[in-house]
Amino acid sequence: MDTLTSLVDGFAIALTWQNILLALLGCFLGTIMGALPGLGPSNGVAILIPLAFTLGLGPTASLILLTSVYYGAMYGGRISSILLNIPGDEPAMMTCLDGYPMAQKGMAGQALSLSGLASFVGAFFATWGLIFLAPQLVKIALLFGPAEYFALFALAFMTLGGVSSTNQAKSAFAAALGLGLAMIGVDTQTGVPRFTFGEVHLYDGLDFLVAIVGLFALSEVFIFLENRHGEASADAAKIKIGRLTPPMSMIKQTTPTMIRSTILGFLAGVLPGAGASLGSFIAYTFEKKLVDPEGKTFGKGDPRGVAAPEAGNNAAAGGALVPMLALGVPGSGTTAVLLAVLLSLNITPGPLLFSQNPDVVWGLIAALFIANFMLLAMNIPMVGIFTRVLMVPPRILMPVVAMVSFVGIYGISGSSFDLLVMVGFGLMGWVLRKLDVPLVPIILGTLLGNAMENNLRRAITIDNGNWFTLIDSPLAIGLWTIAIIGFVIPLIVGRRVKAQMHARRDEEGSLSD
Amino acid sequence: MTDRIFGVVGLLLAIGFALAALTINESFLSDAVGPKAFPLIIATILGLSSAVIALRPDESPQWPALGRLVEIFAAAVVMVLYAQLLPEVGFIIATFFASAYLTWRLGSGLVGSLLTGVGTSLGIYVVFHLVLGLSLARGPLGF
Repeated sequence: MDTLTSLVDGFAIALTWQNILLALLGCFLGTIMGALPGLGPSNGVAILIPLAFTLGLGPTASLILLTSVYYGAMYGGRISSILLNIPGDEPAMMTCLDGYPMAQKGMAGQALSLSGLASFVGAFFATWGLIFLAPQLVKIALLFGPAEYFALFALAFMTLGGVSSTNQAKSAFAAALGLGLAMIGVDTQTGVPRFTFGEVHLYDGLDFLVAIVGLFALSEVFIFLENRHGEASADAAKIKIGRLTPPMSMIKQTTPTMIRSTILGFLAGVLPGAGASLGSFIAYTFEKKLVDPEGKTFGKGDPRGVAAPEAGNNAAAGGALVPMLALGVPGSGTTAVLLAVLLSLNITPGPLLFSQNPDVVWGLIAALFIANFMLLAMNIPMVGIFTRVLMVPPRILMPVVAMVSFVGIYGISGSSFDLLVMVGFGLMGWVLRKLDVPLVPIILGTLLGNAMENNLRRAITIDNGNWFTLIDSPLAIGLWTIAIIGFVIPLIVGRRVKAQMHARRDEEGSLSD
Repeated sequence: MTDRIFGVVGLLLAIGFALAALTINESFLSDAVGPKAFPLIIATILGLSSAVIALRPDESPQWPALGRLVEIFAAAVVMVLYAQLLPEVGFIIATFFASAYLTWRLGSGLVGSLLTGVGTSLGIYVVFHLVLGLSLARGPLGF
C-alpha cells in the first residue's frame, strides 16, 4: 500500500504542464532517434544530456525528458527493422527477422501496429515490475557496507563483459581503461594530483559527459565518414504501409507470446550487464523454441516473431532501470548514460535515493506510465510521420548530430579544451569500435571509478589496513561468487550465443542499448 | 594481426599507467590504502587483458583504405579547428564551415553543402539560442 501512495504522489509531480510537455517531447525525439539507423538510445540520450543541463532543468524534469527518449527509442527502433530490414538500433535487430518478411507480404502496417502494441505491453508491465522490485532491492542494498559496494561494482564490470562483447579480454580491457580515465584528477581523499601531467585543466578530472558524447555520438559520425554512407536508406516509393490495425485473431494469437516475452525481457534487463539487446534476443529465441521448434513459420513473417522481440526489448528497458535506481549500478549502456545525468545533478543513485529524493524516483516512474500511453498513440495511429524520418539522408543528419554535440558540451563548460577532449574521445571510440572493444564498460568505468575506489579505501581503512575485509561478510562473498560465475560462464558457453547475437548486427545499428 | 598490435599497445599503456601511478606524491596525511594502490590494480588488469588479447587474437577487422583514413583524420582536424576557432569567429560562422565540410565529405553537392551548412548553423542558433536561451560562442560580429 505504501508503494501505491508513493505512486500517487509521483503522479502529482509528473502531471505538471512542464513535465507532460517534456515527456511528450522526449517520446517524440526518442521515437525519431530510435527509427534512424545510426542514432540509438544511448547516443540519443547522450546528445540531449548537456542540453537538459544548460536549460537548467531540475533533476526530475531532466530525468523525465531523458527516460522518455530512452523508452521512445526502444519503440522507434522497430520501424526501420520492419520497413527496411535495417535495425534502427541494436535491440531492434531481432525484429528484422520476422518483421521484414511480414512487410514483404504487404503486411507492414499490421507488423508496425502489432509491434507497437507489443512494445507497450512490455514497457507497461516492466514499469510495474520496477515499482515492486526496486524497493525490495533497496532493502537488501541498505545492508551493504563499503566492502559490499566494492564487490557490487566489481560484479557489474565482470558480468557486463559477458554480454557486451564476444571477447572477455576486450571487455576487461575496456573496464580497466574506463576506471583508469576516472583516476585522472586530484585524489579526493589525500588531495594529491594523479595522472594530470601538470595540465591544470585535468585537475578536476575528465568530465564524463565529454567522454560519453565523444565516444557515443562523435564516433558514429566517423563511422559514417569511413563508409561514406551519405544516402538515405529509404525512398518514398519503397515504403508502403497498408492496413494499420492487426486483426483480432492476430492479437489473440500473440497475447501469450507477449506475456512470456515480457517476463523474460524484464528479467534479462534486471541482470547487471545485460540490456535490451539481450532481452529481445532471449525472448525471440525462447519463443521460437517453444512454438515453432522446426522453424516452419519463424523467419518467414510470423506475427509472434514480431511481438516477442519487441515485448522483450521494451520490458528489458524497464528492467534495466531497476539496478540503476536501486543500487546505482546500471545494467546497460543507456542506463549508464542516465546514471551520468544523476551524478552530474549531484544526486547519488542507490538505496538512499528512495528515502532522500522520493520525488525524483516516483515522479520518474509516474512519468514513465504517462510516456507509455503517449508512445502507444504516437506509434500506432501516427506511425506514418516517423516513417518519413527514414528519408532524411545521413549526409545531412550526421553534421547536425556533430554540431549539436559540440553545442551541448560548449554550453556546459564554455571551454574549447573540453571540445578537444571530446574529439579525442570520438576518434578513440572509432578505433575501439573497429577493434570490437565494447564502449559501455569504458563509460561505466569513468562513471563509477571514483566511487569504487572510495569504497575500497573506506572498507580497508575502517579495518585498519586489512585487505581481507573485502571478503569478510557472507553478503560480500555472495557478490564475489556471482561476479566470478558471471565472468566465467560466458567464457565457456557464451561465445556461441554471442556470436549468434552479433552475427545479425548491422554496421549501421547503434552500438548498444 | 591487428589484435597483436593492439595488445602490445595496451601492454605499453598499462606499463606507462603503472609508472605514472608510482610517481604519485604521497601526502603525509594518507589513509591506509593511499592514492597509488587502486591505480596499480587497474594497471594490472589492463596489462593482463592486453596480454590475453595479444596472445589470443580475434580475426582482424576490415581496415578502410588509406583514402578513408585520411578522410577521418581530416574530419578530426576540422573538428579541432572548429573547437579552437569557435570563440574567435563566433558560433554561426564556425558552425557553417564545419557542417558544410562534413556534409560535403558525406556526399552532398556544392550547393547542397552550402545550404546544409547555412541551415544547420542558423537552425541550431534559432532553436538553441533564440528559443531555448542557451549561450553560444559569440564572435566579433556579435553572433
